[in-house]
Order: sequence, then structure tokens, then C-alpha cells
Amino acid sequence: MAFFLAQFLTGLANAAALFLVASGLSLIFGVTRIVNFAHGSFYMLGAFIGITLMDILPGHVGFWGAILLTGLAVGVIGALTEMIVLRPIYRAPELFQLVATFGVILVIQDLALMIWGAEDKLGPRAPGLRGVWRIFGEPVPKYDIVLIAITPFILFALWYLITKTRLGILVRAATQDREMVGALGVNQAWLFTGVFALGSALAGLGGALQLPKGGADLLMDFNIIGEVFVVVVIGGMGSLPGAFIAAVLISVLNVFGVTYLPQSTLVLMYVVMAIVLIIRPWGILGREEAAGEHGQVGSPERPIRPYGPKGIALTSAFVLALALVPLFAEQFVLTLIVDMIVFALFAASLHFILGTGGLVSFGHAAFFGGGAYAAALLVFHTGTPMELAFLFAPLAAGLLALAIGWFCIRLSGVYFAMLTLAFSQLVWSLAFQWRDVTRGDDGLVNIWPAEWLNAPAPFYYFTLILGTGGIIFLRHVIHSPFGYALRAGRDSPRQAEAMGIDVKRVQYAAFCLAGIMAGLAGGIFVFSKGSVFPTVLEIGESFDALIVVFLGGVKTLAGGVVGAGFMTGVEDWLTRLEYWRLLLGLVIISVVILMPEGIVGTLSTLWRKIRHTDEETIR
Amino acid sequence: MTEILRVENLKKSYDGFVAVGGVSFSVKQGELKALIGPNGAGKSTCFNMLMGQLKPTEGRVFFDGKDITGHKPRDIWRKGVGRTFQITGTYQSMTVIENVQMALMSHHRRIFTIGPRAWKLYRDEAMDLLGVVAMQDQADRPCSVLAYGDLKRLELAIALCHKPRLLLMDEPTAGMAPSARIELMQLTADIVRDQGVSVLFTEHDMDVVFAHSHHIMVLNRGELIADGNATEVRNNPQVQEVYLGGGTLFKEETHA
Repeated sequence: MAFFLAQFLTGLANAAALFLVASGLSLIFGVTRIVNFAHGSFYMLGAFIGITLMDILPGHVGFWGAILLTGLAVGVIGALTEMIVLRPIYRAPELFQLVATFGVILVIQDLALMIWGAEDKLGPRAPGLRGVWRIFGEPVPKYDIVLIAITPFILFALWYLITKTRLGILVRAATQDREMVGALGVNQAWLFTGVFALGSALAGLGGALQLPKGGADLLMDFNIIGEVFVVVVIGGMGSLPGAFIAAVLISVLNVFGVTYLPQSTLVLMYVVMAIVLIIRPWGILGREEAAGEHGQVGSPERPIRPYGPKGIALTSAFVLALALVPLFAEQFVLTLIVDMIVFALFAASLHFILGTGGLVSFGHAAFFGGGAYAAALLVFHTGTPMELAFLFAPLAAGLLALAIGWFCIRLSGVYFAMLTLAFSQLVWSLAFQWRDVTRGDDGLVNIWPAEWLNAPAPFYYFTLILGTGGIIFLRHVIHSPFGYALRAGRDSPRQAEAMGIDVKRVQYAAFCLAGIMAGLAGGIFVFSKGSVFPTVLEIGESFDALIVVFLGGVKTLAGGVVGAGFMTGVEDWLTRLEYWRLLLGLVIISVVILMPEGIVGTLSTLWRKIRHTDEETIR
Repeated sequence: MTEILRVENLKKSYDGFVAVGGVSFSVKQGELKALIGPNGAGKSTCFNMLMGQLKPTEGRVFFDGKDITGHKPRDIWRKGVGRTFQITGTYQSMTVIENVQMALMSHHRRIFTIGPRAWKLYRDEAMDLLGVVAMQDQADRPCSVLAYGDLKRLELAIALCHKPRLLLMDEPTAGMAPSARIELMQLTADIVRDQGVSVLFTEHDMDVVFAHSHHIMVLNRGELIADGNATEVRNNPQVQEVYLGGGTLFKEETHA
């Protein structure tokens, strides 16, 4: 019993930092509608800056003073980030900003590496709170008790700020109706900057506050971001008490998970999130997000048209050029192009549900990796011939999409995104921890193509045919009645339902089709590499696809494919350099700022301007 | 004339607040009937229950003799009821004619078809419908650049796609210029006459209502206080009080 209590207290103590970080993210999302992936990076910065400041400032005052100063410093960094990176792109399509914040993650990672080095840093102990107190005989660190004691005050302070002060009123008003707040004479730009600074400061505080328990390292940003999103979503987007309850729930569960069910630790919180979202689709204390509540941002999408003769000729020429590559190119070029095509198909499948369907999935890697693993498992365990195992990849991914979609499709917006993320994490942990079958992070190796394909050129053609075939098929579907129905459900679900379209069923079918195509890409991938590891199922893989779709242009048809080609090329070139993350981050941020409609979108707008054609000439 | 829509004791309440309290009426084949009433009278709530967007607390709705109470909007649409919304809900990323084609594809049950190119399907049929609302010259413009009045006409064309026997129009002329209002309602009246469609619509513009409707119902605070032709409704003392003046009816509500 005493042990139980001690465990519970540890969980509560862990919740303090988590709640701080999560409430910051929740505030930022509520007001600016930005899904800020870089929030974990501000937390990491908080930890590193905290250590540096604590070294300089001695004693009690120094320790607590350093924590407060850290909050201030990270708040300033957050404000600068908002002004430089995000302010230029508020008019871009919804969720476009998350790509920019992803660039910020990469930049901060390398900057932290430059400044503080690659080694993990141990956090200093809090002066006067080094030992333990015994509670019913069980040792509980003094610092934990102090954290538990201050958390309610933090909650109260934030609650007071939001409900009782003028700033709080503005923030809540902006959460409900940004335009109205602007019309009432509030300077939106500064309100956004202020909120972003406050949110970042909270993340920084969280990072500094957890130092005596955890220290600082370069993986902190990614390690916490998943947890933070889970907390915000479980609590309900924009609800502080919700975030608090969820932070406690997740932290306590994690502590008990480590003790009683160690193999569950990787997925426990995602399982909890999935259950909460299935029962309460808007989190514990969240409210329903009405469709289209936040309005269309940016210019409306232009009506789509299949390529005319010129477009078909150009595309055919391009594919033909690709077909000629093996005649003169070296093997590494072929490998690079295979990677590009695989990634382009994967991105196109995500683009299909994201662009055409308006369904933002944060867990699309589940189908790519799922397909790869399905084929690899068959080959590895049963020695199934490649031809058959390969077919199994899209099939298994489709079945997986059928199962996952059944739960996810009833949600919408960010909640849909988070539930897909939760399920993809489940699949990932299965691959990671079910060692008997998947061999964990040793991966499945020796998954080579059949004899007749097992050479660079034949496999290249195999990829070219299936990859371009898949992409063309998806494009064809977009132009078909089914694709139109999918777009109708995105543009106006109410109108679509009122003309006999079962919007959810259309979306479900599209989700499954996207899963199948991602699985196809995964199938090609596994046989091109000869192996598969759990990394193909990681969050990072899903986000890569998301980023290239946005970079290419969500509101264009070629966006996903072009973005994937661009990204694979740039990455291949940059990763040879030492601080490639910094450069890649800067490239992403520049593209985002210079081309707010994505590469394809901005180029075609430019093209129309040059030719002086406007909306009237569609056909 | 036969009854196309019959509503029996339709009621909607939210935690004790009665939005619509036991309304009964019917709409006959080929009739153009108006449902009027001050803001907050329960008109839109009533419409949303007829079309399935809201589930009634009590009461029944019969379309063509069949019970459609609580059915989903898309099922009610399939049975032959069309609807236009108070705030238009067209597909912004499609052209004008594609909006109509979309409805036709749904009507012909081609939603899950992936073979043909959508913009080639039912184009002639869609063009005919655009002709009915005089929108043919704008067929290939993006929907997102249309003027508001044109959007309203487009919505009407969309609603006619499946040859509905009953059309529900929620404030069809709201937000339009006065001359355009008369035009749109004249158009609606023509459609009723030519195609034998029945129309039930809500409206605030009394000129529009009295100029075109065959029958008028007046809803006030969730209760039906009149149901008759223009003269009967005009002379109804209760209606006069609501619209012209005792003023007392609204005084009690000022605290809300």
C-alpha cells in the first residue's frame, strides 16, 4: 500500500512539468490554431538554458531564479520564432504552419547540438531538497513533494490569468472568434505573438523544472512532444483543467506501467488516448468542434481538371525520361530514384485523403510500414515467394486501414489526426516489442525480390511501373465521381448529406484506398531495401509524408508527388553535411515562407500571373 | 389535391425550453406554402426536423404517406424531398455545373464509381437544370467567385436534380437585393406550376410571401397561430398583433 502511494506521488510529480508544457501547447493551439510541433523543442531549450543558468547562479535564490529566468528566455525565443517564421504565413491553408514548426524543430536541434554538445547533461539537484522524505516507510524525493505542492498553484495562476485578466479575456475571445476580436480593435498580430511567447515560456519552465529529475539531452524534444499532444487531446483542446487531469492521468499511468507492465510503456498513453477519443470524441473536457468553425483560410481551391494534351505529353515525356535512366546512370542514381518514387507514391496516398478528403492523418506510416512488414513477415517466416508476398503488402495495409478507419472516421479535425497517430503508435510498438515475430529493432532482413527482379535495372522498372501506375490511378480516382463526392464532403458536409451522399462512408472508403496505396509503396520499399525496421512505422515517417504534401501544395493535385521528389533530393544532398538538420530546417522554413501555397500551388499562381489568365478560363 | 407532406404534433424541446411545441399542418401536391414568423419563432428548427438534421422530441412527419420521422437527411432526400439552406452550402472547389453534376451523380447512384471522369457525366442534364434558373452562361465559372444571388439560384438548380416532389426552402431570398428576391420567387412559382413540385418555404419579406404563396402559416414562439390563404392570414387578429403591433409579445423576451 505504501509502495502504491509512493508510486502515485512520483506520477503526480511527473505531471507538473508535463502539465506546464501541455497547457502552453493548448493555449497556442486555442488562439492561433497552430499545431506547434516545435513545442517539445522549447521544452528542451528550457532544460539546457536552465542548466546553464543554474551553473551561473548559486544557492536557493539562484536555483528558483534560474527556473523563472529560463521561462522568460524561452518566452522571448518563442516570440521571435513566431514573428519571423509564423507571422508571414497565417494566411496560408490551415495546418500549413505545422510544416514551418517542423523546420523549427530541426533548426533548434542542431543549434542545441552546437551550443551544448551531444552529451546528455545531468540536472543539478535543487538546493535544500536533495534527500528523501519517508512516507509510510517508502522514500519519496523531497523535490517530488515540492513539485506536487506547487502544481496546484500553477494551475490556479493559469486559470486566474485566463478567466480573470484582460489578457485572458482576449485570449478566450480569440479562441472563439478571431475575426471579431480583430474587428474590435485588438491587434491580432501582437496577441498571437504574446500567446505564443506565453506558451513557449510555459514549455521552457517545464523543461527547467524537471531538471533535478531528468536532466537535459537532445532527444527530449521528440520524447515529450508525443506525450504532450496526448495530454492536450485527452484533456480536450483548449481546456486547462482538462490538460491538468490528463497530465496527472498519463503520468501516474506511466509510473505504474513501468512497474507492473514494462512492455506497455511505449503505447500505454496512446491506448488511453484511443479509448478516451472513442468514448468522448472531443477529449474529457473539450467541446465539439463544429465543421468549418474556423473558416476557410487562404484563397479557395481552384476547380480541378485532368491534364490536357500538353500536360499528358509533358508527363509522358517525363516518365519516358525516367525509363531511359538505367541506360546510362550509375546504380546510386537508380537507388535514389527508386526512393523518390516510393516516397512519392506514399505521399500521393496521403495527399489523396488529406487534400481531396480534408482528412489530416498523423499516422499514415502505419499503412506504409504495415504493408512493408506484412510482406517481410511472410517472406521471413514462411519463405513465401516474393510475387505473392508483395501482393500481400497492399492487401494487409488495406485491411489495417479498414480496422483503424472504423474507429477514426467518426472523428474530425485534430481529433481525427490524433487518433490516427495513436493507432500508428500501436502498430509501431507491436513491431518494436513483439520480438518473437518481428524481431524488434533488429528488424527483418534478407527480404530480397524474386530472381528475375533482383538486379538494379529490373527492380527499377518494377518500381517505375507500379509507382507511377499507382500515382496515376489515384489521380484518376480524384477525377472520378468518387473523388468528387470525397471533395463534396470536404467542402460542405451538410450539403453533401442533403443530396444523398453518405459522407462518412465515402471518407471511410477513401481512407482504405489510401491505406492500400501506402501499403503498395511499403511493399516496393521493403524489397528495394531487403530489410525492414520499426523506424518505418515511427511518427517521424508519418510526419515526413505530411510535410512533403504541404510543401508540395495541399490544394494542388501534383503537390504530394512534387513535394516528395523535392524532399528526397534535398535530403540526399544535405545529409552529407555535418549540420544538415539546421540547413534542412532552414530550407523548409524558407519554402514555407516564400511559397505559402506550396511549391506547385505558388508556381502555378505565378504562371497564371505571367500569362495574365484568371479564374474565368478553366477549360 | 393530395397531401404530399403531413406533420403531426411536431415538437422539439431543449432541457425544458420548448422551441417548437406541437405543430401540425400539411402541404398539398403542387402547393406553394409559406411558413412565416418572427425571429426565434421556430421556423428553422421546424425545417431541420422535417429534413432530418434534427430529431424531434415528439410527433410524426409523413412524406407521401410514409413515416420519415427521424430519418437521415440523405435518406429523406432519396425519397424525393429537396432542400435549400438559409446559408448556402455549395462546393467551393467545383465549378457551377460540377455542383449540379455532383447532385446528379448522387441521384443516379454513381457516388462510388471510379471509372468515368466526373465532369463528363450528366453534363447535358446539368446544363438543362442551369437553364431553368438562367445560369447557363456561368456554368464553367468556379463556384467560389459567384455573386450571392447567383449562389441561391444555383442551389435551387441543385435541389431540382432528383426531380423532388417536395422542396423545402429555408429563407430562399435572405440577403438578396429586393428585385432579385421577387425574381427568385417568381422562378420558384414557375417551377411549382410547370413541374408540379410542392414548395414549403420560410421567409421574412412579406412582399415575397403575399405575392407568391398559395397558403401561409404563421409560427410564433413555437406555436402555429394561423394557417390559411393570404386574406385569412392578413385578417387574423393574432397575426396582426405579432407583426404589426401590440408589441407586448416581445417585451417578455427582452431578458433572454
